[in-house]
Amino acid sequence: MGGTSQRNINLKLKVWRQKGANQQGHFEEYDAKGISTDASFLEMLDVVNQRLIKEGRDPISFDHDCREGICGSCSMVINGNPHGSERSTATCQLHMRKFNDGETVVIEPFRAKAFPVIKDLSVDRSALDQIIASGGYISVNTGNAPDANGLPVAKVDADQAFNAATCIGCGACVAACVNGSAMLFVGAKVAHLGLLPQGQPERNERVLAMMDKMQELGFGNCSNTGACAVSCPKDISFENIARMNREYAKASIKKRS
Amino acid sequence: MNYLKSSIGRKQLMGLTGLLWCGFVLSHMVGNMLIFMGPDAYNKYSHALITNPLLLLAEGALVVTLLVHIFYGLKLKFENQVARHTRYAMPTNGEKAARAHSKFMAFHGTLILVFIVYHLVTFKYGTHYVTNVDGVEMRDLHRLIIEVFQSPGYVAWYVLCLIGLGFHLSHGFYSAFASLGFYHPKYSAWLNQLGYVYAFVVAAGFISQPLYVFLFARAQ
Repeated sequence: MGGTSQRNINLKLKVWRQKGANQQGHFEEYDAKGISTDASFLEMLDVVNQRLIKEGRDPISFDHDCREGICGSCSMVINGNPHGSERSTATCQLHMRKFNDGETVVIEPFRAKAFPVIKDLSVDRSALDQIIASGGYISVNTGNAPDANGLPVAKVDADQAFNAATCIGCGACVAACVNGSAMLFVGAKVAHLGLLPQGQPERNERVLAMMDKMQELGFGNCSNTGACAVSCPKDISFENIARMNREYAKASIKKRS
Repeated sequence: MNYLKSSIGRKQLMGLTGLLWCGFVLSHMVGNMLIFMGPDAYNKYSHALITNPLLLLAEGALVVTLLVHIFYGLKLKFENQVARHTRYAMPTNGEKAARAHSKFMAFHGTLILVFIVYHLVTFKYGTHYVTNVDGVEMRDLHRLIIEVFQSPGYVAWYVLCLIGLGFHLSHGFYSAFASLGFYHPKYSAWLNQLGYVYAFVVAAGFISQPLYVFLFARAQ
């Protein structure tokens, strides 16, 4: 891996430092020297943090877990773009070969009222978990496992549900949205469960409950700018928002109380 | 939650009222093209509209839908500003940027509102000249328009506002369909292009009228 293209670059980082949720934050400048172009963005931050620790300074806090682009933990805004400027790429999968030697890189936390900063680049995204808890589930009967092909699902529905299911819940859509809205996230969950037969019993209550929860938690309203979908590391389609809009209207009409 | 208090419900009202106005501005622009046909055609058209009893109903519907559009537009805007109170140091750029003009809807919207009020004061409630066409006495709106558009300042302000309207429509048309739940991989790209064409036709059509009067038409 990496081949023979490896070289080292030097960067200047402007990183948002904030001690806690209620503290005033500010930018601090750091030098990232001798960074391998084969390193990921998070590995570059690891190198900088190692130096800070050695110097007895406070390392930069950031969220990360699997570093394989599937857990949705890494969350930062790099040069104004959630997960950096590469399309369909999570921060952990962003490589330093995408940067130029001597470049200044501005790193900020995801910014939204519903995502309070915990420390530096680390933000509290548990609001997304609360939205899931409000309706992002299905009811299943206990007992023997059903036959794998017992429930027919149209290929086109399976494909769309699968596209929606690839959402890793990282919150980049919220961070990209000029209104701090979580419509793409909620839309993906509503489509993922609502398109499949297993999700039908709660279909109407789900969209109402999850949307109402989103609103209650202080996320903004959608203005169809489309910035969410183009910022999504998993390419969740904007179609999911429109589908949720019509699901919500239908469920509102059908509601009996 | 009550549908009218819900985020999606209010957006759908914005979309519905916006689409109604999309229909109105298109018909208004097409009707006003009669300015190119001379005073009689224009005055006969305006006379037919003014004397139609259904006009009051249409005007009422336009005022109510406009107020709903403004009310919910401002409410959503204020909520959105609270939801995203801090800006990024660097603007989102490149392929990850939002649709052009989508972020400035409240700005164009306010400009259009000021324009509509001024426009009504100037024309609908402006000087009431009288003329006689084919033996029928009617308002000479054509003369008023010719007079008003002799002022370069007024024409410039008019053109500026109509460019704002074009930008507003270029996002609003597409956005209304999305809010109402319409999206299809095959038709949405086409609808998006149609939105741009529609916005351009409406804005360019409206702009051509004062420019024509300013450059070529003189009061008789």
